[in-house]
Amino acid sequence: MRHLLSAGDLDVDSACLILDTAAQLAAITDRSVKKLPTLRGRTVVNLFFEDSTRTRISFEIAAKRLSADVINFAAKGSSVSKGESLKDTALTLEAMGADAVVIRHGSSGAPHRLATAGWIQGSVVNAGDGTHEHPTQALLDAFTIRHHLRDNAGDLAGVRVAIVGDILHSRVARSNVLLLRTLGAHVTVVAPPTLLPYGVGEWSCAVSYDLDEVLPHVDAVMMLRVQSERMLAAYFPSVNEYGRRYGLDTRRMGLLPAHAIVLHPGPMNRGMEISADVADGERAVMVEQVSNGVSIRMAVLYLLLGGMTDDVKKET
Amino acid sequence: MDSARSVVLDAGDIGRAIRRIAHEVVERNKGAADLILLGIPTRGVFLARRIAAAIESIEGGTVSVGALDVTLYRDDLRLRPTRALEPTAIPTDGIDDKVVVLIDDVLFSGRTVRSALDALNDIGRPRAVQLAALVDRGHRELPIRADYVGKNLPTALAEQVRVRLVEFDDFDEVTIEGGAR
Repeated sequence: MRHLLSAGDLDVDSACLILDTAAQLAAITDRSVKKLPTLRGRTVVNLFFEDSTRTRISFEIAAKRLSADVINFAAKGSSVSKGESLKDTALTLEAMGADAVVIRHGSSGAPHRLATAGWIQGSVVNAGDGTHEHPTQALLDAFTIRHHLRDNAGDLAGVRVAIVGDILHSRVARSNVLLLRTLGAHVTVVAPPTLLPYGVGEWSCAVSYDLDEVLPHVDAVMMLRVQSERMLAAYFPSVNEYGRRYGLDTRRMGLLPAHAIVLHPGPMNRGMEISADVADGERAVMVEQVSNGVSIRMAVLYLLLGGMTDDVKKET
Repeated sequence: MDSARSVVLDAGDIGRAIRRIAHEVVERNKGAADLILLGIPTRGVFLARRIAAAIESIEGGTVSVGALDVTLYRDDLRLRPTRALEPTAIPTDGIDDKVVVLIDDVLFSGRTVRSALDALNDIGRPRAVQLAALVDRGHRELPIRADYVGKNLPTALAEQVRVRLVEFDDFDEVTIEGGAR
């Protein structure tokens, strides 16, 4: 594995390897010295063209716990705001010797371009591109589900997951459908027809418009934020109506099986897709998702950078 | 290949070596109090469990056993493809002020043990660290010496020492393979 661009690039074995590695790395969080020397002397650049708090901080903590040097590059306040292209930014980072570039970009496919254009030698990790993919989020969701429902081992064969909300604009949904399917789970996406992407029938998941009908048959439900900032038109009549039909409230929690868990990739809009008492309830695992995110990103950085790389192969 | 393969220790020899190491650990530490046996995966963990069982049969009581994966502390990570991690299991009381006995199957360059010492440093501050190995095959590259050795085995660098344990390989055996024998 050289880059992590899409959850679809992972087969069962490599996905399970990442989850198993993350499970071992999670133990370090309980130690007083939360630091491993593994990536000493390697440089990880966080290249963020879009706003993000938890993903950027999560990657930063993950890299620092592995002793890598971290450089945070936000588009705001950089040469990008002066009109620099992705190519020139990439060439600059390459000249500075970045071993890995973690990129978030508003345009779908930007990480793929960065990885394949030959501008940089290092590994590229997709930290969210447009409405396309967000593979580390899918991995941490799978990790969280596996931890709760499969005792932290093996794949997710037979687990039923509903992904609810703004599927159209959600890179989290795309990556999750791909990864959960690879791991053997059954996925149902639930949304109003206007918030489902064109061609969703081709996806390897079931599609439903009716949340109440789906909830009794799932082991995990993942609520997505309605991404108003990406919406140029009205996709539903009102926030209230959306909340009534697709929001997760106490009544709908009652429809879920007793063992089912609630996930949300954050940031949450309390009162819209999820009510406050559900978000603060015992079966909501959002806080765990955040700490699992650090373990998953440590695992990804270790697996990409920890072993022999091409330049070392050439030297020896 | 079969002609260049000889059995150095059979199941009986391994059992006797483990019992002797257990007696030496108890003798040297004047009992089994404050003792933690940490095996280095994969086979060191099974050896640690066997030595702990042997100590328990000598001294009574229970001996803490754990596992210490040193992969993330190795100095040769960048020379090989990425390795999968093995579990690390430290007894819940921690290792502070305890006597930690590191247990590995084969002591060779000493680099694994150096990694283990670094890993211990991040976990706590033991009162003392001792080292037990089932086989010491020489060729040290670092100033490291074992406190307890099952068998000293002079080898050529080209030879391969393989330890097989019933928990992992279905039978107990130590063999020496390859080289000009």
